Amino acid sequence: MTAMRPRLATLAIHSVLSAYTLVAILPILLVLMNSFKARNAIFAAPLMPPLGTTFSLVGYAKVLSTAHAGTYFANSMLVTLISMFLVLLFGAMAAWALTEYKVRGTTLLAIFLSIGIMVPIRLGSVAILTMMRRLGLNDTLIALILVYVAQGLPMAIFILSEFIQQIPRDLRDAARCDGVPETLIFFQVIAPLLRPAIATVAVFTIVPIWNDLWFPLILTSSERTHTITLGVQQFLGQYITDWNAVLAALSLAILPVVVIYILFSRQLISGLTAGAVK
Amino acid sequence: MTPASAAVPSMPKMRLVAMLGLFLGPAVAVYTLFSIYPLIATMALALYTTGPDGEYHFVGLDNFRLLLGDRDWFGPFWNALRNNALFFAVHMLVQNPIGIALAALLSLPDIAFRSTYRTLIFLPTMLSVVIVGLAWNLILSPLWGVASGLLKVFGLGFLFAPWLGLEWSALPTLALISVWQFVGIPLMLIYAALLNIPEDLVNAARVDGLGQFRIFLHVKLPLILPTIGLVSILTFVGNFNAFDLVYSVKGALAGPNFATDILGTFFYRTFFGNQLQVGNPTMGATVATAMFFVILTGVCLYLLFVQRRMLRHTF
Repeated sequence: MTAMRPRLATLAIHSVLSAYTLVAILPILLVLMNSFKARNAIFAAPLMPPLGTTFSLVGYAKVLSTAHAGTYFANSMLVTLISMFLVLLFGAMAAWALTEYKVRGTTLLAIFLSIGIMVPIRLGSVAILTMMRRLGLNDTLIALILVYVAQGLPMAIFILSEFIQQIPRDLRDAARCDGVPETLIFFQVIAPLLRPAIATVAVFTIVPIWNDLWFPLILTSSERTHTITLGVQQFLGQYITDWNAVLAALSLAILPVVVIYILFSRQLISGLTAGAVK
Repeated sequence: MTPASAAVPSMPKMRLVAMLGLFLGPAVAVYTLFSIYPLIATMALALYTTGPDGEYHFVGLDNFRLLLGDRDWFGPFWNALRNNALFFAVHMLVQNPIGIALAALLSLPDIAFRSTYRTLIFLPTMLSVVIVGLAWNLILSPLWGVASGLLKVFGLGFLFAPWLGLEWSALPTLALISVWQFVGIPLMLIYAALLNIPEDLVNAARVDGLGQFRIFLHVKLPLILPTIGLVSILTFVGNFNAFDLVYSVKGALAGPNFATDILGTFFYRTFFGNQLQVGNPTMGATVATAMFFVILTGVCLYLLFVQRRMLRHTF
């Protein structure tokens, strides 16, 4: 049935798609390219790649020597990874319970848990700050992790429930007949099968954690606890006239995300289009 | 309520409840303590004011009367709400149509490099709003001259203006930057919905002599309406909760002259204070509560009208 499209139509489709692709990546390329150039070249020929004499790492040297880039990066890493682990663990456990052990009230509980998908946790910031101060967690990474786990759980539970429903019943029933305890069924039979869902959960709950500005701005006050997003934002405020440093700081924030994204894009995108939100 | 599994009903009720507690406990505890409780506590705080003694005093709905009735409060609030509505309108009119169009093209049969296009177009969505905002701030800066240089290549150099700095264009420009970043979300969700359409339907339409464009308009589009509804409500919630972009590009004062002030920045200024005012937790809580009701109204309208109409449409 296919392959009847005229050549001209194919050409038109590809020109639209590649034009938009260029629009999507040119700004990112522009920042990355110019971060490796000397100041003169940044302004004289912004569209040229860094070659020979125009190549320079002066911006990176400046960023790495003045800003606490290492600390910020480690903080972001720590917060994101621990939050991700807890969101996936608690989320999968809850999703399993909600789909497997149905009693009166589980539907209500599911609705209660889904409030957080639509109502942003940011609106509770005033009370969150008061609470963290009272708990003595103000200006700690633990405060960020607690808030991010609470923020990520509703969406994670929603996505993971869809995945768990697709797992064939026989698998768990067979294990039950063999007398395997419930906790082992979850951790050894079900949890490994959820691996494909991790990508989808990551896009919807983990990426926003890495990228967040609001909670680090509100809950962390010292440089010791800043994350990379907040660090870059503040660094740029201070060095706005130093174009080399500014471009290098932006690139340092962009590069890890781009590299991880390109490496895992196949899984990420198939996860997004397969079982995500229908 | 029917048990999900054949083996579960044999489980004693007590054990079932114990399992529920064990598996649901951690998630429900963290979520309730750090998400639901702060929301309720914030709304409760909106009913108090800080007296001269530094203690909270109950004042009923006085804060809301102030926010909606006092000129010094209502002016900025209304300005932020209006700006936010414009911000949302740009997303609905630009982001979602572009997302639908790109998804329609990508889901056509036999498109070479399909996954390359998908991967690259989705890339900006993965980046931090802060980084994206700051990068565009540089690109659009008259100092660097990249944007004006590119326009000159097409003979359109006269069109260039420092868009982010001008009162009339700053907000639409920020909205378009956000559109540029998030077009990947409607693209992916609608692409997935298009792939789920049964092939028989499309083939039947083709046998009837419909071209690809009319197949999209008359067969596929009606079937993906629920997804478009979902994309719209996600856009709405995201937009009325936005903050990072305006804050990182224009600062807490959302300049020039509050032209880019949206509810998120207004909330931040009220709560934390800035060069012009001292932070006010109770009024901050009041603004947050007002934002909650704005978002709630949107979600309810979606659930009541959009989703119900769509259910009727599909069945």
